[in-house]
Amino acid sequence: MYPTPVSRWSPMGRRVYKTSLPIALVIWLLPLIAVFITSVRSTDDLVQGNYWGWPERFALVENYRAVLFNSPMLHYFMNSCLITVPSVVGSIALAAMAGFALATYPFKGNSSILGIFVAGNFVPIQILMIPVRQLTLHLGLFNTLEGLVLFHISFQTGFCTLFLRNFIKELPYELVEAARVEGANEWQLFYRIILPLIAPALAALAILVFTFVWNDYFWALSLTQGDDAAPITVGVAALKGQWTTAWNLVSAGSLLAAFPSIVIFFAMQKHFVAGLTFGATKG
Amino acid sequence: MFCLYVIYPIISSIVLSLYNWDGMSDKVFVGLANYRELLHTDTFYVALKNNVLWLVLFLLAPPIGLVFALYLNQSVKGMRLIKSLFFSPFVLSGVVVGLIFSWFYDPAFGLLKLIVGHGIPVLGDERYATFGVIAAALWPQIPFCMLLYLTNLTSINPEIVEAGRMEGATGWSLLWHVVLPQLRPATFLSVVLTIIGALRSFDLIAVMTGGGPFDSSTVLAYFMYDQAIKYFRFGYSAAIAVVLFLIMLVFIVYQLRRLLHTDR
Repeated sequence: MYPTPVSRWSPMGRRVYKTSLPIALVIWLLPLIAVFITSVRSTDDLVQGNYWGWPERFALVENYRAVLFNSPMLHYFMNSCLITVPSVVGSIALAAMAGFALATYPFKGNSSILGIFVAGNFVPIQILMIPVRQLTLHLGLFNTLEGLVLFHISFQTGFCTLFLRNFIKELPYELVEAARVEGANEWQLFYRIILPLIAPALAALAILVFTFVWNDYFWALSLTQGDDAAPITVGVAALKGQWTTAWNLVSAGSLLAAFPSIVIFFAMQKHFVAGLTFGATKG
Repeated sequence: MFCLYVIYPIISSIVLSLYNWDGMSDKVFVGLANYRELLHTDTFYVALKNNVLWLVLFLLAPPIGLVFALYLNQSVKGMRLIKSLFFSPFVLSGVVVGLIFSWFYDPAFGLLKLIVGHGIPVLGDERYATFGVIAAALWPQIPFCMLLYLTNLTSINPEIVEAGRMEGATGWSLLWHVVLPQLRPATFLSVVLTIIGALRSFDLIAVMTGGGPFDSSTVLAYFMYDQAIKYFRFGYSAAIAVVLFLIMLVFIVYQLRRLLHTDR
């Protein structure tokens, strides 16, 4: 164990360490805490210049209601959901099959396909921008949710396939052989044997992809225009221009945008961390 | 599908960079003129310089992440929650981080003013803007590196560490000679991912400064976006993307070789 476990420290050192923890935490999260406090601050407070002191009056409901109903935030929020959920489901479903194929069939060109997937992950996304935009325009999907979903599925599939292929590769290959001997066809093999085994990996991946897609801003800017299909990231950025001085409302909007990914992260923490580190160490 | 949306666009971008095209009228083949123009544009050099700056400063994330990981690698009650809270900036969207920080920096009422005592227009000053944005970008990147180190720390061999202690190695020398070599996977990964992150940086710049003031905080990624969306210079913009791609290619090739190597 490195560094020396705290239990072997002097009592004094241990106490210092334990008190330092919350302090460090507060400093580290200071920006987030400040945003949260501001989001419940009333407008009167801001007008009086009380930006950082304790709020005189809490306006939690009021502010969040203003953001949700007096601005198109709710619409953006729905857009984000409609983009993110199909993207996650689609890319993972495709990737599970592709990963299975890459991991179990030693066909010709296997490693070059894998290589393309790896390379695709590291490509600067900007180089894709103009052609993808053009393609989306030609397909008539520009400024639609489908256009964004289609792109996200394609792009995330690369990452997911890589991740799942490595995961399936770690499974004992005898399982596959045994199932074949028992007379299972390839579909049954995939559905009955492989899918249950990779369920934890799928969960981890789903959470990870969810945050990626939910937080995307670049593609939202490139593939949409105006309000119709804009996700929440665009909405929050627009809030800044709309309510330049009403920081309490902007903060409330930002937190609203951050809310789903934070909730998912804390709810599925174990999977999230496992997914992130597994995907990263094997990639 | 991956080919349609990833492979084809790369090739198409490279081809497009040889044309002069505004998205509406016909494409005109101009050869390398876009690249030539690029080499004579001051903004290109500013963007390039900023990209280098991003790379260098962003690489502070792995060492700081390591420090955090060492600090938090203890079993105290509630440690899990503390670790998660430290990690939480990573799940925030770039837009939200950008908003939080541009507000933190605000010279009229920002928290920074409260701490320093007088307002510094960080984002409005050509000298500081890039640094301000990078600092904001480091905030989510550091916990990411921290997490990579934390997982790696749990898998290092305790016997070797103990043996090192027996030999009388303490503090720094123990860290440097015994622990760090075992953390190489985490170091490698966090460096690679940080480099990629630095080159891809876009969200924060778009939200916080829009490349300004006077294009002083732009990077290649933002510069190309600007040229394409605002000025409809698709060919030119593609040329910038190709330059960015070439820089990244070095790392991609390296990563691929490593992968194929371990596969054999």
